Amino acid sequence: MTGTGIGAPVRRKEDQRFITGKGRYTDDLTRPGQAHAYFVRSPHAHAEIVKIDKAAAEAMPGVLAVLTGDDLAADNIGGLICGWMIHSKDGTPMKAGAHPALAQGKVRYVGDHVAVVVAETLAQARDAAEAVEVDYKLLPAIAETAKARSSKVVVHDVAPDNTVYEWHLGDKDATEAAFKKAKHVTSLDITNNRLIPNPIETRAAIGEYDMGTDTYTLYTTSQNPHVARLVLSAFIGIAPENKLRVIAPDVGGGFGSKIFIYAEETVCVWASKKVGRPVRWNSDRTEAFLSDAHGRDHVTRAQLALDDSGKILGLRVHTIANLGAYLSTFSSSVPTYLYAPLLSGQYDIPAIYAEVDGVYTNTAPVDAYRGAGRPEATFVVERLVEVAARELGMDPAKFRKKNYIKRFPHQTPVIMNYDVGDYGASLEKALEMADYKGFNKRKRESAKKGKLRGIGFSSYIEACGIAPSQAVGSLGAGVGLWESAEVRVNPTGSVEVLTGSHSHGQGHETTFAQLVCERLGVDINQVNIVHGDTDKVQFGMGTYGSRSGAVGMSAITRAIDKVIEKGKKVAAYAMEASEKDIEFADGKFSVAGTDKSMAFGEIALQAYIAHKFSGQDLEPGLKEGAFYDPTNFTFPAGMHICEVEIDPDTGVTTIERFTAVDDFGVVINPMIVEGQVHGGIAQGVGQALLENAVYDESGQLVTASYMDYAMPRADDLPSFDVGMTVTPCPSNPLGIKGCGEAGAIAAPPAVINAITNAVGHEDVPMPATPRAVWHAIHKAKAPMAAE
Amino acid sequence: MASVTMTVNGKSVTADVDPRTLLAQFVREHLRLTGTHVGCDTSQCGACVVHVDGKAVKACTMLAVQADGCEVLTIEGLADGAELHPMQAAFREHHGLQCGYCTPGMIMTAVDMVNRLGSDLDEATIRHELEGNICRCTGYHNIVRAVETGAKAMTGASARQAAE
Repeated sequence: MTGTGIGAPVRRKEDQRFITGKGRYTDDLTRPGQAHAYFVRSPHAHAEIVKIDKAAAEAMPGVLAVLTGDDLAADNIGGLICGWMIHSKDGTPMKAGAHPALAQGKVRYVGDHVAVVVAETLAQARDAAEAVEVDYKLLPAIAETAKARSSKVVVHDVAPDNTVYEWHLGDKDATEAAFKKAKHVTSLDITNNRLIPNPIETRAAIGEYDMGTDTYTLYTTSQNPHVARLVLSAFIGIAPENKLRVIAPDVGGGFGSKIFIYAEETVCVWASKKVGRPVRWNSDRTEAFLSDAHGRDHVTRAQLALDDSGKILGLRVHTIANLGAYLSTFSSSVPTYLYAPLLSGQYDIPAIYAEVDGVYTNTAPVDAYRGAGRPEATFVVERLVEVAARELGMDPAKFRKKNYIKRFPHQTPVIMNYDVGDYGASLEKALEMADYKGFNKRKRESAKKGKLRGIGFSSYIEACGIAPSQAVGSLGAGVGLWESAEVRVNPTGSVEVLTGSHSHGQGHETTFAQLVCERLGVDINQVNIVHGDTDKVQFGMGTYGSRSGAVGMSAITRAIDKVIEKGKKVAAYAMEASEKDIEFADGKFSVAGTDKSMAFGEIALQAYIAHKFSGQDLEPGLKEGAFYDPTNFTFPAGMHICEVEIDPDTGVTTIERFTAVDDFGVVINPMIVEGQVHGGIAQGVGQALLENAVYDESGQLVTASYMDYAMPRADDLPSFDVGMTVTPCPSNPLGIKGCGEAGAIAAPPAVINAITNAVGHEDVPMPATPRAVWHAIHKAKAPMAAE
Repeated sequence: MASVTMTVNGKSVTADVDPRTLLAQFVREHLRLTGTHVGCDTSQCGACVVHVDGKAVKACTMLAVQADGCEVLTIEGLADGAELHPMQAAFREHHGLQCGYCTPGMIMTAVDMVNRLGSDLDEATIRHELEGNICRCTGYHNIVRAVETGAKAMTGASARQAAE
């Protein structure tokens, strides 16, 4: 390891611009002649659009256009798509209702897009939007997940029972057999609460049409600009790919919500040609609450079969997953292939059977949010094992250890082949860091103050770097999940890396440069990372699912390998030696067995001047690219332990300690990785204690601002104790597993297990608000009276 | 239109604005100082915090005309030329930012916190004082470390200035 190579806590290169106010986010950009878009949104959860009268709005000052779904249809602009095909257990394809970018005939959730007003100023666009008269015929609405299938309300005619699919995974017969021979069955009814991602930068877009070249540019808050271009061109039909440039500049957080191709971005590109002006839109926070894709929202019945020694025999799960009013870009995959394959957790479970019913409701679309399916699976598994241990009178840590998978590779009954791990090591380290031995003493001290104290565990596993492409294709993905990279060496030896990954807080400009520094011996300040522009980077799949290290950096590694190979050929000519005698180490090409060597930068210059090999079988220049497709998912895993203190009079929960021990394989920059863990835990604690997206019975979102939706704030959280164990991942050249989602996956069950431990009652919902905890305390005291 | 004159980052500016123009809009759109961000429109998230006459203010909730005659400091005016303000340096050193969007407001709030309360800040005080600034990336852990360090460095820097 050098001071700035792999494993070093290098301070971030990108920070200079962010701490001085020089970041360039989409809404910071201005384009000459720009006009402003404002969307007319449905105030109703479900209604037919009888008539839209635009005349009054069109006559208002500054208005350039008022556009509706009819205008989109007239221009043959296609609908938004869902890119992952799921088949029901009877073999029928999922029932995807039409999803026009501006509503055609019907609105299906509050915030649905009815029309767009484009005007000279934002204020004029807003004022005119008020004057668009929409005649709605109201329809009854269904918002509640558990009731969607039995409701008389029909969200999409293609799915008369509001069922998108009835999917399943695993061996039903083997699982039933396991339950028959079980000596103990633990059962839980679980609601995984609906969340709203809330990156602090809301979504924004500027569409710009250039009549001279007949090309479009979209500046947008995207985690994957190439996928956005592909969908906008190939499916929605705005423009051919070579006529559409998508730029995602600095992006202020994503957490999944900026993966998707939404109505607003689509409309801005299309409208820019209609009005002949750049069209900009910036979501306000309430629009973000209403129309960003939400996360989670499962209702689950889960059962664990055990023998009399506490060994797990089988797991049976039935989940209803709310997909909202339309299928968002990857929504169908989240409660299916990103969920059920994780139900084996860290445990050797011989038989698993999962059924998932995806349902439509009159709510915002639900799609991937930090963790995406894996937090839901982990919550099911880790609540079940905790409760099972308590029911059997076993120590929850020992119970887990008894059931851990101990030999690798391990084939689970639900697709996954775990390549490597050491779950016992993470457990032991976490128990020590959390001072588990001292817990009872601390509990007694809390009791002396009249407080309840509890401790909760979460042995999570996740699957990152979703791949290989062939495998995900066989599961219904419409895309491959590889990554691309190009390494351009300049004649002076400085390096530009073009990557298909996209950084929106992850610090790629630093970590990717650390890799180049390590492998090529180039000073970290001589390395630039280029991303987020389809005109610069040829193609890429973007950043989500903790894939940029394992997949994106592996692609860079492959391109670097090729640069070194080419460099060896150049060095052989330059030093008049045989290519097989050229070695590369520590930034130098040298001739084996001699003292002859040339620095990387000198060879780069030789590659470009080509004086030594002109006319030979070697091209000038030093630039190589690679597309990397991993051989397997990666499987980060670890143990998180939460310790809470609860005031029984008020139900207020305080997190006293939070310990996280994670195995992410090889770590490039521990400072950045720890930061990812902190942020993930905060979102997980947010889900467990604070956050909840609530629709009322009529389908109105009643949590549509920061006054109603409880975001975790600094004084809601403790400092975290973070540790690591390492088993290098064998399925990529760097041994990386991915760290972006671990905290959000692991934390919710750790928190709820701690609270239920403290109050002595298992029925504590998320979010565990003071009111919910207070009720649980009173149910525990007098179970019959309270229930 | 209304005429406003104020000093922003040490420079006097005068402009005619629509009276409903917010201070955040004024600095972002009229002065092109886009480091001040708007994250929520309801005074909750704090991404828009600037200093007005030396006090932290959420610029999304103040009209530009209310700042007429005032001294306004934005994130762009915090560093002394190429030399970072100690609080900026502390945020980088302690990885107190990820996506960077809430960061200008966080730093401006942190500086105001030290100006009001001094440099000897315990964790509970820092967390309480940061209640009006939402960060979705960091979980606040490293922001707290950054503010602790930045606070001490600010005192050191002002002591050095006094000595000089």
